[in-house]
Amino acid sequence: MPQVSMTVNGKAVSATVEGRTLLVQLLREQLGLTGTHVGCDTSQCGACVVHVDGKSVKSCTMLAVQANGAAVATIEGLATNGKLHPMQEAFRDNHGLQCGFCTPGMVMSALDLVKHNANPSETQVREWLEGNLCRCTGYHNIVKSIQAGAAAMRGAGR
Amino acid sequence: MAQDGIGASVRRKEDFRFLIGRGLYTDDIKRPGQTHAYILRSNQAHAELRKVDTEAAKRMPGVLAVFVGTDMEADKVGGLPCGWLIKNKDGSPMKEPPHPPLAIGRVRHVGDPVAVVVAETREQAKDAAERIEVDYKPLPAVASIAAAIKPGAPQIWDVAPGNTCYDWHIGDKAAVDAVFAKAHHVAKIDLYNNRLVPNAMEPRAAIGEYDAASGDYTLYTTSQNPHVIRLLMGAFVLHLPEHKLRVYAPDVGGGFGSKIYHYAEEAIVTWAAPKVGRPIKWTAERSESFMSDAHGRDHLTHAEMALDKDGKFLALRVATNANMGAYLSTFASCIPTYLYATLLAGVYTTPIVYCEVRAVFTNTVPVDAYRGAGRPEATFLLERLVDIAARDMKMDPVAIRRKNFIAATAFPYQTPVALQYDSGNYQATLDQALKAADWAGFEGRRAEAKKRGKLRGIGVSTYIEACGIAPSNVAGALGARAGLFEAAEVRVHPTGSVTVFTGSHSHGQGHETTFSQLVADQLGIPFDNVEIVHGDTAKIPFGMGTYGSRSLAVGGTALVKAVDKIIAKGKKIAAHMLEASEADIEFKDGKFTVAGTDRSKAFGEIALSAYIPHNYPLDQLEPGLDETAFYDPKNFTFPAGCHICELEIDPQTGTTHIAKFTAVDDVGRVINPMIVEGQVQGGVGQGIGQALLENCVYDKDGQLVTGSMLDYCMPRADDLPSIGVATHATLCAHNPLGVKGCGEVGAIGSPPAVINAVVDALRDYGVKHMDMPATPMKVWQTIRAASPKQAAE
Ligand code: FES
Ligand code: FES
Repeated sequence: MPQVSMTVNGKAVSATVEGRTLLVQLLREQLGLTGTHVGCDTSQCGACVVHVDGKSVKSCTMLAVQANGAAVATIEGLATNGKLHPMQEAFRDNHGLQCGFCTPGMVMSALDLVKHNANPSETQVREWLEGNLCRCTGYHNIVKSIQAGAAAMRGAGR
Repeated sequence: MAQDGIGASVRRKEDFRFLIGRGLYTDDIKRPGQTHAYILRSNQAHAELRKVDTEAAKRMPGVLAVFVGTDMEADKVGGLPCGWLIKNKDGSPMKEPPHPPLAIGRVRHVGDPVAVVVAETREQAKDAAERIEVDYKPLPAVASIAAAIKPGAPQIWDVAPGNTCYDWHIGDKAAVDAVFAKAHHVAKIDLYNNRLVPNAMEPRAAIGEYDAASGDYTLYTTSQNPHVIRLLMGAFVLHLPEHKLRVYAPDVGGGFGSKIYHYAEEAIVTWAAPKVGRPIKWTAERSESFMSDAHGRDHLTHAEMALDKDGKFLALRVATNANMGAYLSTFASCIPTYLYATLLAGVYTTPIVYCEVRAVFTNTVPVDAYRGAGRPEATFLLERLVDIAARDMKMDPVAIRRKNFIAATAFPYQTPVALQYDSGNYQATLDQALKAADWAGFEGRRAEAKKRGKLRGIGVSTYIEACGIAPSNVAGALGARAGLFEAAEVRVHPTGSVTVFTGSHSHGQGHETTFSQLVADQLGIPFDNVEIVHGDTAKIPFGMGTYGSRSLAVGGTALVKAVDKIIAKGKKIAAHMLEASEADIEFKDGKFTVAGTDRSKAFGEIALSAYIPHNYPLDQLEPGLDETAFYDPKNFTFPAGCHICELEIDPQTGTTHIAKFTAVDDVGRVINPMIVEGQVQGGVGQGIGQALLENCVYDKDGQLVTGSMLDYCMPRADDLPSIGVATHATLCAHNPLGVKGCGEVGAIGSPPAVINAVVDALRDYGVKHMDMPATPMKVWQTIRAASPKQAAE
């Protein structure tokens, strides 16, 4: 069975996987990083979004072996010393989550948006979230959160 | 107002763990030695199960066991019970066919569980399931209400001739018919309320575990009501005594009704765990959710409103066929009856109402409560019919509503369909919404849109709903087989912090925050000194869980009652310590004070004394400060309000764009406005989804056409508008907090507002009604089909 090595949230990890093992399975089941969620089986929902080499990726749509050698970042890696990242803080401050299931994917996806567009409009946020489903919020507060998070990140120079 | 007390938008306690990826959902749990189950499901809508050969599967790598329905039957496992007995018009009981967790002899819908494979890994279980050979003898299927009620239709259950589960009614038919016979005008509608798939983002999951040393069972499950599952599964299905069965529903990723019910998989993993000797986990793939989570709505209705010449409503007559699916889900039977027909008076003074409902079996997934549950169906038909009546009578849709509103001074108001509304002010929510939506300026915006080639429309809906169901004895008299109270325990610790154990369950509603606000406010202690525990039958008192927007109105009231007992006991302790009479002790802002003096004891001092009872009235009072209360509601609560939708249709493409959505809701007293707004926005999101996008489709042979998120149109961020929410509170008259409930109003009020707006936008095309969802194709075809003359007018 293939052996993979990568960094996850800055830490070197290696694991033995099956050829068919998905990146999300490696993260959740072998590495115990259950913050990344699985909400569908057709790559629609985005609950599984992580960053691979700095880009947002649906980890249900990538094999673990494809991430060999990559730098993977998950929701667990964002807060430092118990202090939330400004984007996480913005979600809390704007009630951008209810059940919390879509949230990790939303936050990781939002961070990739901000990388491309530091000051996204409401329409741009809504279009960017094309691949992230939320059943609880009606998106209103998610959009608000992401715009507020982007503003906070601009302020903090991140 | 304290900055984190009642009425403050306190940021949520639960968010920190969710935001750092440390929520604990059922599938996140990994039990030592855990194995994995995969359920083989029927790919046939209706078939005889001639043979299920599991031999090859059992020999596959990693496989520990394979079970079929007859294995469970041999163990005397019972069927999944239905929690509400509905009676037919003639008083006879509804038909209740058996519902074995794994099918026996016949499968009745695509997705019906046929066998379970338990293996070391999920992949191995799934691979092995492919080796199970099922010999199906296909039978003709009925996949819709229309097909099921046709004379000579294939029969799904021998016990249910004509595929009829029940034929129920409410009201005096002869009296209603007599009013209709003399009416000035009769407005009519035929509609289909579209079938929906709840699609909470977290798929269902369950882990069954058995401890051979103690004989204890544990079920971890994605449930809105763990005690209900423990009762149903323990008493009716697996025959396990409740003290040996723990049901734990940890963080749950959304429910919307779909996680109320006792599902087959919960019973299967719990039953199989001792046989395999290890914990068994099952997690649904999304495609399994589509074919096994209970669906919502699916009503076929004809309704008529009798009016006098001034537009006063004289009587309402409704005939509905409701789809139950292939089996009766836990609360399926009460949704199209007591949660539907009883809402048909709406906010209007219609003096007399008759409604008959026939519930039918079809070869489809069971249908049960989905956000709103019966009330959205009632509201949609009524608010559409009111618009049609206005148009027939050439009246303004707002004016006809005002003319028929129950007056703000008329409460308590007895409706002709059993309910008694306790409070409300429908004029006020309407006025506030008209203003916020700039209703008066609409014609200008319509004209401007027309210049751009767009069809602009506006629609209003003035809805009411019923939450916090209901006095247990009243519900029991109507066929409920469950109690409808809620429980709470308030445990004060020696140093004055508090743990609250609630029977309510949070799966996104933010109870850890709202309940903490409530308790902190009532006890005058810091918000951060309160911890809320829910979801675990090993910890919490027996509670009924969360559905029907009941958590604050019923669960919150139980909490207030428990807090009251704490304060009452605290007064006794304080009287002793302060050497005063108990009657002279006042409790305010966390202090027990002798009235008219400055002698007082802080809440923490009383708590300490209760646990270190040295200076304590031990001869009269038990030590400790820990109280439990149960509360049975006195009535439903009746949230109501007004939703206004303004939208534009592009006649070239048929696409609808919502320009503005305004909601003004009366949910009673608001504890946390931020959370209430979020609940309403989420509900409106689902309501707009129903109105414009979502539709669960079966083909005529019973194959599920919309079986994945590729085919079923879930609302995305760019499908929905920003949603303006305001509240206008009249207090509930029969609970101490004056709260009504906010979880479902969004999904109830919004669909008719959207469709009324679509029909308004298309008014030049002769469109009187459009069934949901108003997809671009449907709208475009409607525009194309309109005669050129109408289009040119
Ligand atoms: S789990 Fe749904 S997109 Fe990955
Ligand atoms: S918060 Fe529940 S799915 Fe988004």
